[in-house]
Amino acid sequence: MSALDRKVLRDLARLWAQGLAIAMVLAAGVATLVLGIGAQNSLSETRAAYYERYRFADVFAGAKRAPEEVADRLAAIPGVAAVHTRIKEVALLDIPDQSEPATGVFLSLPVTGRPRLNDFYLLSGRLPDPDSRHEVLANETFAKEHGFQAGATFAAILNGKKRDLVITGVMMLPEYIYALGPGDLVPDGRRFGVFAMPYKALAGAFDLDGAFNDVAVDVLRGTTEAAVIDAVDEILAPYGGVGAYDREDHQSNAFIDAELVQLRSMSFVIPPIFLAIAAFLVNITIARLIALEREQIGLMKAIGYSTWAVGFHYMKLVMLIALVGVVIGWGAGWWLGRGLTRLYGDFFNFPFLIFTMRPDIYMIAAGAGLAAAVVGAVNAISGVVRLPPAVAMSPPAPPRYRKLFTERLGLLKRAPMALTMALRNITRWPIRASLTTLGLALSIATLVGAMFAEASVDLMLEATFFGAERQDATLTFTEITPIRAVEAARQLPGVLRVEPFRTVPIRLSKGHLSERTSLSGKPLNGDLSRVIDFDLNPISLPDQGIAMSDMLADLIDARRGDLVTVEILAGRRETHEVRVTAIVQDFFGLSAYANIATLNTLLRDGNAVDGVHIAFDANDREDLFARVKEIPAIAAIALQGRSLKLFRDIVERNILTMMWVYTLLAVVIAFGVVYNSVRIQLSERARELASLRVLGFTRAEVSFILLGELTLLCLVAIPLGWVLGFGMAWIVIQGLQSELYRVPLIVNRDTYGYATAVFVTVAVVSALVVRNRIDHLDLIAVLKTRD
Amino acid sequence: MTNTAFRTETLTKVYQTGDVAVHALRGVDLTLPLGEMSVLLGASGSGKSTLLNILGGLDTATSGRVWFEDMELTAMGQADLTRYRRDHVGFVFQFYNLVPSLTARENVALVTEIARDPMKPADALARVGLEHRLDHFPAQLSGGEQQRVAIARAIAKRPEILLCDEPTGALDSQTGIRVLEALQHVNEEFGTTTVVITHNVSIRKIAHRVINLADGRIVSEHVNTHRLQPSEVTW
Repeated sequence: MSALDRKVLRDLARLWAQGLAIAMVLAAGVATLVLGIGAQNSLSETRAAYYERYRFADVFAGAKRAPEEVADRLAAIPGVAAVHTRIKEVALLDIPDQSEPATGVFLSLPVTGRPRLNDFYLLSGRLPDPDSRHEVLANETFAKEHGFQAGATFAAILNGKKRDLVITGVMMLPEYIYALGPGDLVPDGRRFGVFAMPYKALAGAFDLDGAFNDVAVDVLRGTTEAAVIDAVDEILAPYGGVGAYDREDHQSNAFIDAELVQLRSMSFVIPPIFLAIAAFLVNITIARLIALEREQIGLMKAIGYSTWAVGFHYMKLVMLIALVGVVIGWGAGWWLGRGLTRLYGDFFNFPFLIFTMRPDIYMIAAGAGLAAAVVGAVNAISGVVRLPPAVAMSPPAPPRYRKLFTERLGLLKRAPMALTMALRNITRWPIRASLTTLGLALSIATLVGAMFAEASVDLMLEATFFGAERQDATLTFTEITPIRAVEAARQLPGVLRVEPFRTVPIRLSKGHLSERTSLSGKPLNGDLSRVIDFDLNPISLPDQGIAMSDMLADLIDARRGDLVTVEILAGRRETHEVRVTAIVQDFFGLSAYANIATLNTLLRDGNAVDGVHIAFDANDREDLFARVKEIPAIAAIALQGRSLKLFRDIVERNILTMMWVYTLLAVVIAFGVVYNSVRIQLSERARELASLRVLGFTRAEVSFILLGELTLLCLVAIPLGWVLGFGMAWIVIQGLQSELYRVPLIVNRDTYGYATAVFVTVAVVSALVVRNRIDHLDLIAVLKTRD
Repeated sequence: MTNTAFRTETLTKVYQTGDVAVHALRGVDLTLPLGEMSVLLGASGSGKSTLLNILGGLDTATSGRVWFEDMELTAMGQADLTRYRRDHVGFVFQFYNLVPSLTARENVALVTEIARDPMKPADALARVGLEHRLDHFPAQLSGGEQQRVAIARAIAKRPEILLCDEPTGALDSQTGIRVLEALQHVNEEFGTTTVVITHNVSIRKIAHRVINLADGRIVSEHVNTHRLQPSEVTW
């Protein structure tokens, strides 16, 4: 090994702490990229493989009752590869040892065994006997929540008749990766299950012999799904079809899409910011580190090394530091990405997880990291190596300090010497001071960017559970029911208030833009289920026309006062021109709202409801639940309190975990910046500080002089960091918006406060670490070398 | 082949420091014969370091011309000056300028690795009496030892020219004498043209030629007819 290479290694060993700090900053940037994209890829590949293996369909449709022969007509639609018809019914469950009623979706199993499309993965047990009336397969989350295995029993109210059921096996379904019960905002395995039951038994229970009410269609590659959807709608219309839709509108798939969109934004928004910040910090740190090597660079040139040889020598040092950072970043990113994928894997129901490592992402991350270091080094090295060796070897000419503007005005005369020195230093090197300040501010910004999510999600929960959906429970009826059901519901035990609702699937369009969504009818001055704006104030629904969320309005380019086309996808399937009378900001879904009376007028089937929202006295909870289980007309019950709790769990598990990871990385960045700033300052001013010590200054005084400048820069950096942090939060929020939910941009005082507190702690710790070096300044050695 | 190592013609150097122009050299005409040891004397700011730096290709002149043997240094670009330093010149500095992260042997190897016909680092160190300190780091060596490593580093490539800026400036007299002995030894054994800058008047007695500078000009030049051995001088 050449002496020069040996010098690289020894220098690296000498600068290990600083080198590591730089490497860690870079590693944080590299890790975010590898982590986010790794998790996102793993999830989407897992989903793709799952769909492929279990033949998840492309188009889905429901009907009231269609004879089995219709299946042949559906199969004859051009571009259709396969059709799978089945019965799909919702029923209340009665589970031993659980007072709250649960809801089940029952899917029929074909007589031939397994479904042609939307197949399931059998985890354990066996298929039910095709002739059995009691045997079912249960989905995994439901079975797990209740500790059910093959042989376990529970009851279901099938078409008004209670039936005891036996679980023969446990399954997972690609169409219920995200298993959301009717009316629920979050999946709840305890209160929602999916069951596969032999066709004969289910058809018998719901009087659907020789018929189906649900169909899945596989579309040939290259066929437009829209054409198939139209054809399916046309064929099913006489049989009470409720509008076919594609994967994009499939609930479970849409949720994963939203999650992937969110992950993608996490991996395409945050990591580039982190990486860019890391690059910038590495750049300025390395530039200053190289500047300190000025004399050695001069010496090597004096000995006869060429400019290139010297430049390359330092480049090797920088590349080694960067390489360490990249490797740590790869490792951390891989590890965290795997953890995140597992987390998502738990949250969604996948039978297997595919971890993907895209080499291109690793290469991009490494390339960006190395480039950042190299660019920083090139600037610094070229500045020094261009100097004639005689000049390089002598220390830089003493800087020409100036009196401060304030001093010239006669102010600050009595300012402490340390403050004066710090201020003069800053004004002497304004660019360096600005870059350091920017570096410090960016590390505060990353902290704000990592921490703000909690407050935003809190507001979202507050708005949804305490502002908009304030009911204790939502009862969904098995079918459209006359309004007098509201009165019946009022008679249930403990019920304090009742409000009806009605929801129909619609296609909303304006001009050539259209969106499939639902129209919710609520009472005019409802108190339980309300529509609220972003200021959390309830909006009274217009007497006429419809209100819609701003997200939906944007999608179809509708404004207040516009006429839009509402195509009702159920019942008589009529189309109406309706005026948009209000645009509201809401947090979930793509909703359109109307006065329930207006909706009923549009539907022309009298004063009817789909279900009721109720408020009840918690003391009567058990009685109420017991009574609900006995009412055949109730298909499902959603409990807001339980949803809120589950939502909080999810937020804590997913968003907060992610937040902690990013906060940790932001802390690493902050530490790297502060530590290097102080450390380099110490090197630059070691002689000056040692001289002060020789003159009789105490260690504390000398530390104060060194850290004084940093303190001043921090004071400027903190407010700047808040502003940059807000900007970063804004960018992150843009990436989080999806059709399923919107996260409001809330960066509150707490967030700024926490971020600042973390930053200050990090700054103090790094200052203390360096302070330790001040205490060990070798006074004689420093003075012995020339100035 | 001439008998002249260096020749300068009306050499001037002006440093621009902010608004102030410092005239370090004001028209120096000098001829140094091959194989001689010359001493440059002069007060601080007299221009001796600037002259040495220009002779060594570490710095460039503002005007005037400089030749090393047949090569005109003032006509060379940075790359040629680098090659000139690498092939012909050895430097010894007042503050040694060793690389702290390399051992004595490695500091010398730094030069021998890029030289055309170097001696072995251990041999170079042996010539300055450091054969027992090969694997010590600069911080583990005394000032005199460090300076001798610097001399070993300078002579290891068998340079034609050895330029020394205050080689004993940071040393006590006893240690300084050992360093001077090493320099004289190199001068005599290899015939290396040696130029030494010093404030130390005693050293002039061991040189062939003594040149006095003041205010950027040569004020006197003197050739010693009788030279003392380093051990005979003191300060």
